[in-house]
Amino acid sequence: MASSPMTRTQDGVARTAVEVRMEGLSRHYGPVVALDRLDLTLQPGELVALLGPSGCGKTTTLRLVAGLEDADTGHITVGGKDITRVSAAKRDMGMVFQAYSLFPHMTVRQNVAFGLRLRKVSGAQRDKRAIEMLDLVGLATQADRYPHQISGGQQQRVALARALAIEPQVLLLDEPLSALDAKVRAQLRDQIRRIQLEVGITTLFVTHDQEEALAIADRVGVMREGRLDQLAPPTEVYSRPATSFVAEFVGLSNRLTGEVRGGEVTVRGCTLPLVERDVPDGQVVALVRPEAVTLASHTAPEPGPLVGTVIAVTFLGATSRVTVDLGDTTVLAQLSTSDASALPAGSRVTLTIRPDPVLVSASSEPAAAADEEA
Amino acid sequence: MAVAATTETGARPSWSGRRPSAPAWAGTVPFFAYVGVFLLWPTGIVVVDALKNPNGSWAFSNISELGDPLVRGYFIGSFKLCLLSSVSGAVFGAILAYAVASGNPDGMVRRLYLAISGVLAQFGGVTLAFAFLVLLGPVGLLFHASWYFDFPWGIGLIYTYFQIPLMVLVFLPAIDGLKVQWREASENLGASAWQYWRYVGGPLLAPAFLGTTLLLFANALSAFATIEAWENQIAYIVPQQISTALSSEVGLSNVNVADLLALGMVIMVAIVMTGYALLQRRAARWLR
Amino acid sequence: MAAVTALSETPAAASAGRPSGMQTRRRRRLNVFRYLVFTVFGLFFVLPLLAMARFSLEGAKLGTWSLSAWRQIASFQGIGVPPLLSAIEITLELAAITCVVTLVLLVPTMIWIRLRVQWLARTVEFLCLLPLTIPAIVLVVGLGSIYNRIQHYELSALMLFWVYVILALPYAYRALAAGLNAIDVTTLSEAARSLGASWFTVIVRVIAPNMRQAILNALILTASLVLGEFTIAYLLLYDNLQVELYSISRSTPNAGVIFSTSFAALLFAFVLLLILSYAGRLRRGRG
Repeated sequence: MASSPMTRTQDGVARTAVEVRMEGLSRHYGPVVALDRLDLTLQPGELVALLGPSGCGKTTTLRLVAGLEDADTGHITVGGKDITRVSAAKRDMGMVFQAYSLFPHMTVRQNVAFGLRLRKVSGAQRDKRAIEMLDLVGLATQADRYPHQISGGQQQRVALARALAIEPQVLLLDEPLSALDAKVRAQLRDQIRRIQLEVGITTLFVTHDQEEALAIADRVGVMREGRLDQLAPPTEVYSRPATSFVAEFVGLSNRLTGEVRGGEVTVRGCTLPLVERDVPDGQVVALVRPEAVTLASHTAPEPGPLVGTVIAVTFLGATSRVTVDLGDTTVLAQLSTSDASALPAGSRVTLTIRPDPVLVSASSEPAAAADEEA
Repeated sequence: MAVAATTETGARPSWSGRRPSAPAWAGTVPFFAYVGVFLLWPTGIVVVDALKNPNGSWAFSNISELGDPLVRGYFIGSFKLCLLSSVSGAVFGAILAYAVASGNPDGMVRRLYLAISGVLAQFGGVTLAFAFLVLLGPVGLLFHASWYFDFPWGIGLIYTYFQIPLMVLVFLPAIDGLKVQWREASENLGASAWQYWRYVGGPLLAPAFLGTTLLLFANALSAFATIEAWENQIAYIVPQQISTALSSEVGLSNVNVADLLALGMVIMVAIVMTGYALLQRRAARWLR
Repeated sequence: MAAVTALSETPAAASAGRPSGMQTRRRRRLNVFRYLVFTVFGLFFVLPLLAMARFSLEGAKLGTWSLSAWRQIASFQGIGVPPLLSAIEITLELAAITCVVTLVLLVPTMIWIRLRVQWLARTVEFLCLLPLTIPAIVLVVGLGSIYNRIQHYELSALMLFWVYVILALPYAYRALAAGLNAIDVTTLSEAARSLGASWFTVIVRVIAPNMRQAILNALILTASLVLGEFTIAYLLLYDNLQVELYSISRSTPNAGVIFSTSFAALLFAFVLLLILSYAGRLRRGRG
């Protein structure tokens, strides 16, 4: 949830985190609509992650806030001040790009100090602050190296230090981890979040990786085709997706036909509550999370709506994903690996669906096999 | 990025086709052979020849002939000319290159200007000198430029004419190498356009710019044809001595003069190209 | 290939009446600058050409017009094929041969260097730039002995291609390098090789098609070089297009002929190159 505004000091002057408000932002490129009247407010000190497939408008949003592109319509207000017409150089924001943004001809220290140099901070002060920032990201020892001499993860940390050195009001991150190895990605992700909380700066984080978004954000905004489908804390986006797109983009979903009656849906004999109460009665497709599905070995010979055969087991480490063929459809279940090991391919199993609230959509969409995330 | 994947012992991917034979550089032998025969060897011959007496023995004293005041004057003159045309070609060419580079990478304009540059970079010689004469000479179509016959201005203008396209051709990749993110990052950190060029864009392009200027300098050095035409205002194309020497095998002393001049130039070129190579190393790392 | 500024040509601002933000204004200012630059430089380049054209059409008295300078190109003395036509033919053939040899020499070498011997890259680049700086005369003197011997066997001027390839190296290298930089040579060739392609296939059917524009540029530069080359051909006593034009201009008292001939050559080259570049556009459109 949004944290209360934290104070940071700069030369003894207290600086409070600011609110970032976007109203009615639109942007199009020729016939293509990149952003469609977006309304989004970041609470002071909050980290909002914009998540979505490529082309959904998340990067456009970020660039509009940064001032690197102009909005067609709409306003952007930071800390109560309308900055829509302010040039990018004067917006007082720190940005971390996906890659390649460090100046190759400057050392790490010079890179970090660059913004301060532009602001006419004295040499000694500059240096002190640069080292402070490098300490914050844990790279003070690399201060006199050149960007090509350090790894990709280290480069991004330097980029972060550089962005924070100027004590911006807002921190903007444009898929900063996408170009990095998986292991580095996870470490850096947590480090970014830790630093963000420590400094208390309002942050907008753009990513196409849902795991990243869910892991670090205070709120996640799922975007599609220039619009926000849902803006909510991670747990809510995951367990109470507002639209089927969100449900399918964030995490895996099984699509099972069912029937709605009186505010509940019956799927293959199981009755499940609904996320939205006011769904009219009728045939629907329910989206069931794999972790809501449990399996048990089925010894009795009679078939049933929830009886099937294991086709495949995908080992994911601590958990495993089991694909079960129910005859007319396929279902994914997520189990602990020890449980899954008892049910190798070919075993007959019974499914149980945990009564978590599910999202349903009109059954005009065919009940295809369980969808993978985008 | 290894070309062949590491495999377990015994299983060798059939496509790696590794026979324990030629080293990798063997594939470049045709190229080096060709360049060696048709570029390096002739140059070497000239250099060596200039250092030899007519009877074939080594005469390093020949080099002292380069100190001859006439020869020196000749070189200083051409040095001035080349400096002027390479600097002006570099500056104007850089501006034009920037204008081309900052447009649509796939657009008509860029392709047109690249094609034009390719053609005009070759276009030198007598006709160009005469064309400018027609434009700016005593009966000038445009106006009479009284400075046209002053060395090095008139000829400098002519040289600049084909130096600019060459600059565009060679310098354009460097400008393309300036990443968008650097501009955006510096803007985000508060830099104005001027500050960007001063602290980021300028320093990054400087080695490539200087290197290409050196290249232009060397190119000017080697463009002898035009100078003769300008000085004599007649359609002489080459120093007559060399041409006669070749076609009629006249006295060897003539050939040696030609060789010496050639040697002097080659030395200048060697110095210049070394400088260029050193500068390129830095530029390439940043702008690749 | 990154453009220097953030946006490619923006769509006309007239759509949706967007407010003039900073970036749009900056883009507009940049475009003004660009078109100013193009105009100024365009004039600079075109004026001498216009002067040439004008002078070539000059009559006996100043200020009059006459086509005599042009007509003299077409006229010829003696029997047999007009020397100009045979010179054109030889030069075109030379251009074709030079183009092919340059490509065959450079493309595989450059690809191979990228794949296996990167440490040679700078050396090759250096060698390819060297011809710019070594005067044609040095090459002529150095190669004179070889070519003298060739003269003995009375081989045609086509033998000039050996030298022309060297002259073309700087330009062709630049153009091809730009094309190679834009694609991932390593991945493409590894993928092709793993599917069983021979090196020939990799180069000709996998990499080259992805560098079409660059190869075309290299061809244009090489061809224009050959079409415009004079010094070496003259010194080695061959009769290519430029040498022939020069002889024509020397053989008449009409000064305008110098211009009509060179202008004709330029026009000829330009038209040829335009055709070449359109050939590239067509193929691209279909893909």
